[in-house]
Amino acid sequence: MANIMEAHNLNLWYGEHQALKNINLDIQEHKITALIGPSGCGKSTFMKTLNRMNDLVDGCRIEGDVFLNGTDIYKDMDVNILRKRVGMVFQKANPFPMSIYDNIAYGPRLHGIHNKAALDEIVERSLKQAAIWDETKDRLKKNALGMSGGQQQRLCIARAIAVEPEVLLMDESTSALDPISTGKIEELCLELKKKYTIVMITHNMQQANRISDITAFFLLGELIEVGETQNIFLNPKNKKTEEYITGRFG
Amino acid sequence: MQISSATDIKESSESGRKPGSGSEKTGYYRAAGPSMMEKKQRKKNAAEKVMNGIFFVCGMIAIAFVLFITAFLVSSGVPAIGKIGITKFLFGSVWASTAAEPKFGILPFILTSVYGTLGAIIIAVPIGLLCAIFLAKVASSRIASLIRSAVELLAGIPSVVYGLVGMIVIVPMIREMFDLSDGANLLSAILVLSVMVLPNVISVSETALLAVPKEYEEASLALGATWTETVFKVSVPAASSGIASAVVLGVGRAIGEAMAVMMVSGNVANMPGLFKSVRFLTTAIASEMSYSSGLQRQALFSIALVLFVFIMIITLLLNFVFKKKKD
Repeated sequence: MANIMEAHNLNLWYGEHQALKNINLDIQEHKITALIGPSGCGKSTFMKTLNRMNDLVDGCRIEGDVFLNGTDIYKDMDVNILRKRVGMVFQKANPFPMSIYDNIAYGPRLHGIHNKAALDEIVERSLKQAAIWDETKDRLKKNALGMSGGQQQRLCIARAIAVEPEVLLMDESTSALDPISTGKIEELCLELKKKYTIVMITHNMQQANRISDITAFFLLGELIEVGETQNIFLNPKNKKTEEYITGRFG
Repeated sequence: MQISSATDIKESSESGRKPGSGSEKTGYYRAAGPSMMEKKQRKKNAAEKVMNGIFFVCGMIAIAFVLFITAFLVSSGVPAIGKIGITKFLFGSVWASTAAEPKFGILPFILTSVYGTLGAIIIAVPIGLLCAIFLAKVASSRIASLIRSAVELLAGIPSVVYGLVGMIVIVPMIREMFDLSDGANLLSAILVLSVMVLPNVISVSETALLAVPKEYEEASLALGATWTETVFKVSVPAASSGIASAVVLGVGRAIGEAMAVMMVSGNVANMPGLFKSVRFLTTAIASEMSYSSGLQRQALFSIALVLFVFIMIITLLLNFVFKKKKD
């Protein structure tokens, strides 16, 4: 299977503190890669290097290379184009305080689509892909902040896929949701991976086990173990991985 | 490592609890006795009532002053309007209060105040908003605090000082720039006013922009928006009600200003024009009050009433904007 993204010898410092230590990790196309590990282990930091959201952090210094389809995203790619190609869904649902329609159309408009018919089509398609069309089709002009938490998070997924990214980063995107909403989003992920590649952070071992294809275990800024999810969960090679996934620490 | 730190916490919390200290505590309370505690509590409750009363009275003082001023302005302002006639007063274009046959039309003042305020807002809002964006979203904290203290100083300068600087710098500048016989005109007043309302616009808009959740901006950036696109398409719209109140506050400040505009506007009761000497509602009162008498004096009170109504409308507008924000 082809790698859509690759991180080579990635080191990252926040000021003096080294948050990532020599990470080498490949993201395979059309797979769900789960990043697991205790809080502060660097998985979020690693995820943010994939779409350069770490650029916003003061005193952040990065060494090493990250490639998207063979192009070095830190050297040979415009950051705004990178972020269009590598979308992100955050931990807390963060729809803009605008209508549902405008939330979805925000990204396409940024990238030059202003034709009303085209936007209508993108909005409908994105909402359908995010499995939220039926709940929103009659209230597209209503403010998105009036939706429930689970709906808002699916709206954010719809907003992210409206710009047709190649990779979708999901940073604990279900951690604030009830089990039913979480289930819906997990189903959605399985559907979305046919079209996109998903990298997700989760603290929920069952979730990682249920829906991911690849699991990567981070600890104290290091990538301890990576492999097919089944192998990681059934026969972890590293003792620390085993301790973590069986809930003995973290 | 996680394991050991967890046990550390457990141990320390256990060692922090001294054996027997719990029973000693209840001992203190038992010594005080239930009756004594009740007595103390009754005393406290009485004090509570007294304090509530004091708070209530202080709250009422504010309302009392508003009612008093309203009653005063209405009672002293209405008679002259009655004598002159409300249309003649509000829409009369000639103010000749000391002529043999006096005329009391305040349309020139109303229009001057409206144009002057509008002009100042048109200049100050774009500059102030961009400055607020710079402070809230762009500048490093050191530069931001430097600019912020400059803005605070600007807000604290007395208006007579603005007037003086305007007289010495802006009036001659306008005279030479446009080749006029006198630079004391509406344009000079607008320029001085716009500097005066700038700090209000900046600080209120900055507060509104700072209150925009960072998550909105991150979401925008993560969709591939540039920083400028994010600020203008997400941050500013999200802060729009706060920015609107900044504008309304600026209007309030500009329309109520008297001293500075009197010094730079020429203070002549003309119908307004950019290069004409003009008189504002505020300055009309201030410049004639000292030597006025009879109907002229009463008419000045009526002008004050008109000004008061303007300010009331602006305040109500401000409340409306804030209410809408809360909804």
